[in-house]
Formats: sequence, structure tokens, C-alpha cells
Amino acid sequence: MTDRRRIFLLLAPALMVIGGLFLTGLGLTLLRSFRYMPALGLTDPDLAAYVAVLTRPDFLASLGFSLWIAAASTLIAAMLALASALLLRQSFPGRAVISFLVQLNLTIPHIVGAIGVLYLVSQSGVFARLARAAGMIAAPSDFPILTNDPDGIGIILLYVWKELPFITLILLSSLQTLGEDHEAVARSLGASRWQAVAHVLLPMISPALLSASALVFAFSFGAYEVPLILGANAPKALAVLAWQAQTEPDLVARPEAMAMAVITALIGLGLLLATLRSLRHRGLHAR
Amino acid sequence: MRGRGSRGLAGLALGLFMVLPVLPLVIWSFAHGWRFPSLWPEDVSLDGWAIALSDRAGVLQSFGLTALIAAATTLIALLIGLPAGRALGLYRFRGKGLVALLLVAPAVLPGIAVVFGLHGIFLRLGLTGTIAGVILAHLVPVLPYVTLVLAAVFSRFDPAFEDQARSLGATPLQCLTRVTLPAIWPGLLTAALFAFLVSWSQYLLTLAIGGGRVQTLPLLLFSSASAGRNDVTAAIALLYILPGLLVLIITARQITGRGAALTGGIGS
Repeated sequence: MTDRRRIFLLLAPALMVIGGLFLTGLGLTLLRSFRYMPALGLTDPDLAAYVAVLTRPDFLASLGFSLWIAAASTLIAAMLALASALLLRQSFPGRAVISFLVQLNLTIPHIVGAIGVLYLVSQSGVFARLARAAGMIAAPSDFPILTNDPDGIGIILLYVWKELPFITLILLSSLQTLGEDHEAVARSLGASRWQAVAHVLLPMISPALLSASALVFAFSFGAYEVPLILGANAPKALAVLAWQAQTEPDLVARPEAMAMAVITALIGLGLLLATLRSLRHRGLHAR
Repeated sequence: MRGRGSRGLAGLALGLFMVLPVLPLVIWSFAHGWRFPSLWPEDVSLDGWAIALSDRAGVLQSFGLTALIAAATTLIALLIGLPAGRALGLYRFRGKGLVALLLVAPAVLPGIAVVFGLHGIFLRLGLTGTIAGVILAHLVPVLPYVTLVLAAVFSRFDPAFEDQARSLGATPLQCLTRVTLPAIWPGLLTAALFAFLVSWSQYLLTLAIGGGRVQTLPLLLFSSASAGRNDVTAAIALLYILPGLLVLIITARQITGRGAALTGGIGS
């Protein structure tokens, strides 16, 4: 058997699954977003659903909202993760316990964390009770609205909590492969601790930080169950709005749901491809 | 030493942040009435756990169903991902970058666009509302993880061992079970545990394809949370964390080292 034939046979089952489920699923969503639904007598594809969606005020509000929660969550999580990774690679009392907790968080499903955040920071949650005990508030309604709020504070809090460990572990493994040598050289050449981190270490781990952050952004931008639990009635996160449109009894609304889903995926895809390009670009320059 | 002390404090803050959302779940699961503004439940009871574990609640059946779906998805994903990982890890070929991108895409793209179309396809095939349909659908986010982990494993695997075994008279099956599988075993285990957890955490795909008839644990948890019994909800939520905790205890080291390195490799 030639190598080419062997490679093809090895890859065939995976490509069939990805092609048959993922690409076909995407394709059908795309077709329907162009209002091509022969079963309903729609046989002339057009862009009407996109025009309708892009002029819907609730869609534009959702788009802005999802971009906001994804950007805020990613930025805060990335900064805290950088600090956590720099902390966890050094020795301090209790480090083993802390890194166990960071890893444990990675295995907790988002929906569990979302319910936990709800019980923690809602107006009758644990923090509100602590504020009351400290005499800062008199009634639950005095506590700031942090869950199901139009600014998505609860959602952002959940994503920061959940994605911080993800980015931290990626940074730690990147640090592990780099070793301590580069920093030691910088220090021996007279760089201060901070200079060694900022000018030597940071540029070296920035590809890992960038790709991890892009993944976090794409995920928090398009996810469904967290805003379902912690989100407000308006504006809804994109996935929640699209799902709602998809489950409307009026079948004519379907193409709009499909168009929303396609736009969500396209923005995620665009961001990931841009990240990939920028990493490649940097790689070329480094060479 | 000042440095170690302040690092210890920062570590404490990080650890506290990590357990913060889980703490109210633990307290609520043992609370019998915990009204505002009490800092602590008026009565501690096992009611929440008793209801969650009773036959009527269906949590245990749901737990079993979720485990069955995750196990079946994992098995199928390994059977398909093993050869694909081998191709990606051992060979250089034209179009490899594109193939790798295609195999990773389902794990990183916002899922909602696939979910809608997949629902349409499965509707036509009569797979909606069935366990088999949900398992097939879970392959979409699970297969990329398995393929990636195994591709990394095979990139460190030397196929010369297989040639030697074969030249010494081993059959292809012996070669697989005595040489290849033992060599890739740790990576295979990591891939399997990752796959299990990814399937175990799925919500939207199960909701869309299962159509409410395949009640996995996250779906049950959501309906419980909307129904408003915090003690029962908290008990179910804690049960839902359990397999992840077990997985971590089994392979804590492998997940930090290898798994994280792999997910980090997606973008690069």
C-alpha cells in the first residue's frame, strides 16, 4: 500500500464524520438562511433574511451585547490568567492545592458554574447577605443587580471564572516548554526581574496567550447556556436570540434564525482566522 | 521570605476565586430553608439530596443516560480519531494543514450554526429525539479533541517498533495490541477522558437533537434551576461535577501537561 493510499484510508472515517455532520449541518443552515426551503415552496434563494436580521433592533442589540461580553470576559480572563500562570510556576506554600483547584475548575460544566454564580451574586445571594450583615444594605433590592442584568455582569463573571484556568494551563505548558534559561540569561545580563518578564518572557508566551484568548472569545461570543441562565430578557446573547427565533412556531421566521446563526459563526471564524494569520505572520518574522 | 509570603497570599486569593461559585452550591444542597438575610441555613437537612437521589426525580436515570451517551461517543470518537490522529501525527502530506483545520474547526467555531442544520438533517433521518442521534451529534465537538490529542501522541511515536514486531512474525492484530496500543496508552487515556468530559458537558446539541426527549443531566439541571428548589438544584449540580472530579484525580498530571499543551496548539 502506498503512503498516499494509507493516509487517505486513515483519514477517511474522520473526514466522513466531519463532512457528513459538521459541513452538511453548516451547509443546510446556510441554505436555509438564504431562504431556500423547497418544503415551504421557497426555491429562489435570496438575502432577505439577512436584510431583515440586520435591520432588527433586537438583533443589533444582541450583536453588541455578545461582542461586549466576549471582549470583556476575554480581556479580564487573559490578564488574570497571565498573572496566575506567572504565580503558579513559582513555589509557594499550598501551590499543589491551588493548582489542583485551577484544574478542577476546568472540568466543571459551564451550567453548574452559572447556577453557582446566580446563588452567589444575585440580589438574595451570598454576597447580598454578607452586605446586609455588614450593614451596607437593608433589603435585597438595595443590592446591585449583577445577574440577569442588561450589562451582562454575571455572564462576564462566570466566563472569567471558567476561562481563567483554561488560559492559565495553556500558558503554564507554554512556559514549561520554554524553560527558565531565557529569563536567567536576561537577568545575568543585568535585566531586572520585571524587565526579564516584560521583554523576554512575555513576547515568548504571547502566541499561546493570543491563541488561547481567541478560543475563549469565540466560545463566549457564541455560547448558549450561560446567557440562558445569567442573561437578561433584553438584550439577549446572540445564541439565545437565534434559538428563540428558531423555535418560534412561525416557520417563516426560521431563515432569520439561520441568518443569525451564520453571522455568529462567521464572526467567530473571522476572529480565529485573523488570529491564525497574525501568528503565522509573526512566525515568519521570527525566522 | 517576603516573596514567598505574598505569593502565598496571591495563591490563596486565586484558590478562593476558583471555589467561590461552588461554595453556595455545597451550602444550598444541605439547606432546609435559607431565607434572606440569614448568612447560614436555618436548618441543615439532607432533603435536597434525598429528593435528588429519589426514583421520582429521575436524576440517577439521567446520570446513567448521560454517562452512556458520553461513553458511546468516546468509544466511537476513539475508533475514528485513532487512525486520523495517526495520519496527522506520523505523515507529512499535501493538504495536511487544511485537513487539520477542518478536523479542528467543529471544536472552535460557535456551535449554533451547525446545531440548526444538523437538526434539519436528523429530522429527515428520523434521528431527532433518539439517543443514537444525540450520540452522533456529540461526535461533532468531541472528535476534534480526540484527533488532536492522538495526533500529538503519534508525532512522538516511532513506527519502527511496529516494523520490527512484524518482521519478527507478529500479526497485524498482535502488532496493534502488543506494540502500538501499549506505546500510546497514556495519550489514549487522556483523549478518552477529554472526550468523555466534552460530551458530558454538552447542552445545546442535546437540547436541539434530543428535542427534550433525551433528558441528560444538564437539561435536567436547567429545568430544576428554573423550578426554583435551590437545595435540589444544588445537589444535582454537585452530582454533575462528580465525574470531572474523578477524571482529575485519575490523571491530574496528564491533563495539565499534555492536554493543555494540545489545546494550546490549536491556534498555532
